[in-house]
Parts: sequence; structure tokens; C-alpha cells
Amino acid sequence: MLRIKDLVKRYGNDKPVLKNLNLEVPGESVVSIIGASGAGKSTLLRCINRLVEPSAGSITLNGMELTGLSSGQLRKARRRIGMIFQGFNLVDRLTVMENVQSGRLGYIPTWRAALRRYPQDDIDRAFHLMERVGIAHYANKRADELSGGERQRVGVVRALMQEPEILLADEPTASLDPKTSRQIMELLQALAAELRLPVLINIHNVTEAREFTQRIVGMRYGRIIFDGDPAALDNDAMDEIYAGVPAAEREEAEHTGHLREVAAR
Amino acid sequence: MTDAPSATGGAAPAEDRPRAWRKPPFIANPWVRWGIIALTTAYVVWAVSTLPFDWQRIQDGIPRAIRIFKGAFPPSFERSGLLIEGFLESIKIAIVATLLGIGLSVPIAFMAARNIAPKPVYAVGRATIIVARSFHPVIVAILFVKAVGFGPLAGILTLTVYSIGFVAKMLAERIEEIDWGQVEALRAAGAATGITLLYAVIPQIMPRQIGLSIYQLDSNLRASAVVGIVGAGGIGATLMNAFGRYDYDFALAITLCIIGVILVSEAVSGRIRRNIW
Repeated sequence: MLRIKDLVKRYGNDKPVLKNLNLEVPGESVVSIIGASGAGKSTLLRCINRLVEPSAGSITLNGMELTGLSSGQLRKARRRIGMIFQGFNLVDRLTVMENVQSGRLGYIPTWRAALRRYPQDDIDRAFHLMERVGIAHYANKRADELSGGERQRVGVVRALMQEPEILLADEPTASLDPKTSRQIMELLQALAAELRLPVLINIHNVTEAREFTQRIVGMRYGRIIFDGDPAALDNDAMDEIYAGVPAAEREEAEHTGHLREVAAR
Repeated sequence: MTDAPSATGGAAPAEDRPRAWRKPPFIANPWVRWGIIALTTAYVVWAVSTLPFDWQRIQDGIPRAIRIFKGAFPPSFERSGLLIEGFLESIKIAIVATLLGIGLSVPIAFMAARNIAPKPVYAVGRATIIVARSFHPVIVAILFVKAVGFGPLAGILTLTVYSIGFVAKMLAERIEEIDWGQVEALRAAGAATGITLLYAVIPQIMPRQIGLSIYQLDSNLRASAVVGIVGAGGIGATLMNAFGRYDYDFALAITLCIIGVILVSEAVSGRIRRNIW
């Protein structure tokens, strides 16, 4: 169970990106977060594992308060939070197996990681998961030799290697073609059910959000303005989430591509 | 805003349109432009007129130069044992210095990368690189020859410093350009800092690291000939001795061999680096 209370994030002295945001995700549910670019979806996700430091509020995962942790405790806590990225964020020049095993780096001793002497259990688990998503035959390939869909599968397996208690997926399909994108969404949906994992997915594609998730959260300007099942997301709700407010948002949408490039560095 | 009347209406009338166009000068202000030209001219005239050019000595020198070149032909490979010994020493100096230099460069580069190191560490790293870069190897070699005496040790120390100045700087710049997403992914998985560097940063900088190492080996081989002249061992020392004993034919042989070795090493290193990058 993930519980977010009164979460505020502001960068410097600017207007807050997240404004007293409240959200509860009980176990096993797959939740998509939709909203225009700049609504704060990505910031919300990154506040949960504190890749972005929240300014105020509380985030608890299965009873553990994440906001006040020291850096050592935070590392331990992060092991329980799997993350999947839009740009995959694999280490291109390492093999698929090394990438997959990097999900275990928080658990194993440094010398094992440095010498690539992974524990037998981890190797078994890696092959099991890679088989499950159909990439086991790529174990010794370099990550940059794979196609987009295959790379995202590596990303998913890396996150699952952490034995996470929750999965955060930040636009996991935005860099993929429509067909591959659906395959990844199907995979996430199926894995969530199999592993009884709550999954939070930031997503731009509302059709996919409706089809593959049971609950949709709509964000606008750092607030949640819609929270319900896909059937409840009617035209009015869509308009409220996306349409309207002219200049500022249009300008934002135009600059998003650029902003994302900057953020990715 | 106020002094832009043309912004209010359409095109200017035809008779107001300019007829000539010239490229705007590189330095817009004419006083600055002509000032710089006048000052430079004046300085060059003054410098040339005050430097002690002794035309008599230059005239006397020409026949001496001709005598040296005549004495150098044909090059003599008679004492090839000495030649080979010198080269082997130079190669040893270059390889040991390259390994030492690279070993020290990697940690210094991490210290000097703004995106990785905390501010005070960054300052120390950058300062180290600046100091290592600020003196030409010949000056460093003179210092080390004074400190540890004639011979290859001085050469090794000199070229180590030289390698740090170049490799650490270039590597630090590469570290500052890494794809941060890969680092973020490992941090999100709970990996500690050291292991994150090992898994997410080292693989990204590896091709550059190998390329730089090979380039530096090539470069050190070249520099080892030069620092040898001031007493830091290797083929440079052999060359200096040959000159000292007026063995110009042997000196020419050494020079030719240096050119040959450098051509070969440049070709090899260029080829390897092309295949890696």
C-alpha cells in the first residue's frame, strides 16, 4: 500500500509543481496517471523514490515513511521500489545479463558486483524472468544491440530483479512504436497480476490507459482532478484534464520535447 | 521602442533604400579597430629593432651549419647497439609512464568531473590537472633531473605528470558528458555510489579511456625523445651524446630512426583508435 499525503514539490522559489497532492494505491492495483505535459506526473513518480526530493508532505510504502530517510536508509528503501524509464536507461555497453543484475546491486556485496560473480539464486532468477518476458537468449548481447521493445523488457526485468514492493513506470511506452507499446503494456498488466504488485504508470496514451489499467488518475497543474475507473473517464473529464487553458499550456506542450531532453541528462 | 519609426509602417520609400552594402567589420568600433592595428605594428617594429640580432654571427653560422649537414651524410648506423639500447629505454620510459599516468588519471578525472564530485573535491581535482598542464614536459624534466638525477627515472616521472595533465582532463570532460539516465536507473535500484560509478559511468567512458591511453602512449614516446635531451634518459640522451661528440652522422641516424618510430606508432595508434571509437 502506497500512501501519499499533502505532497508538495517546488523547484527553488518557483510555483509548486505538486500542490498538496494526496493519493492512495492499495496493493495489486495498476494505476495510470494521465495529464498534459508539465502537469507534474513525472515529478510525482520521482518523489516516491526520491530521485526528486519532495519539499513537504509524507509518502509511506507499506508502513515505511520514505521522506525522512537518511541516505543509507534511502538506498535500502529504494531496493523495494522498481522503476521503469521512458528512455529505458540501460547501460548500453554492458551485456543484458549485467543490466538485469544491476537490479540486485543494492543487495549484493561490492566485490561480487565488481567481479560479476553474481549469487546463484540471482542468476536463476534472472534467467527465469528473462524467459518470462522472452529475452533469455539475449543474455550475452550488449544492451545497445537490442530493439526498443527488447530493451524495455530488459528494463522491466531489471526492476523486477529488485523484488520490488511497487513498480513505478515513467512513460514506459512513449519511445516505442504502437505495436511494441501495446505489448509492453500487456506485459506490465500481466506481471502485476502474477506478482501481486501495485504498478503506477505515467502515460500519454489514454486509449492504452483505459485498456490496460483498472484505475485512472488525471493530473493537472500539480493536482489530482480525476480519480476513477476507466468507464468514469468521460468526455467532460477528459476536457477538464487536457483541454482549455490557452497560452501557458500550449507553450509548455511545444517545449516539452526539448525539456525532456534536458531532463534526461 | 520609441526610436523605431520604421516598425510602424510598411516598406521604406525606394529613394531611402541603401544602394551599397559592405561586410560589417570584424571589430565594430573604428577607434578600437585602428588602435589595435597601430599598436601591433608599433610593437613589432620596436621588438625587432631591440632584439640583439647579430648579423655577423648569423653569417658566420651558415658555413658551420653546412659543415654539420655535410658531416651528417651519409647517416652512420655503425653503433646500432647504442641506438637500439636508447630506443628500448625510451619505449620502457614511455610505457611505464603511460601506465602510471593513466592509473593516476582515472581517480583524478572522477574528482575533476563537475557532475560527480562534490565542490571541494572538484576544486582539488581541477587544480591538480591545471598544475600538471601548466608546464611543458621539458621544464618538468629539468626539475626532475635536478631532483632525482640523470636517467630514466626522471623521464618516467616527467611523462607521468604530462600524461595526467592530458588524460585526466579529457577523461573528466567525457565524464561530464555521460548519459545521466543510466546513473539515475542504478541509483533508483538502491546501488551505492561506488558501485554506481563502476556500473553506470565506467562503461560509458571506456572507449574514450582506451583511445586516450593509446594516444598518450604514442605521445609519450615522442616526448620521451625530447625530455632525454635535458638528461631524462632514453634515445634523447643518446642523441645529445652524439652531438656532444660531433658524431653528426650518428645523430642523423638517430633522428631518422625517431621519425620512423613515431610514424609507425602514429599509424598503429590511429588505426586502433579508429576501430574503438
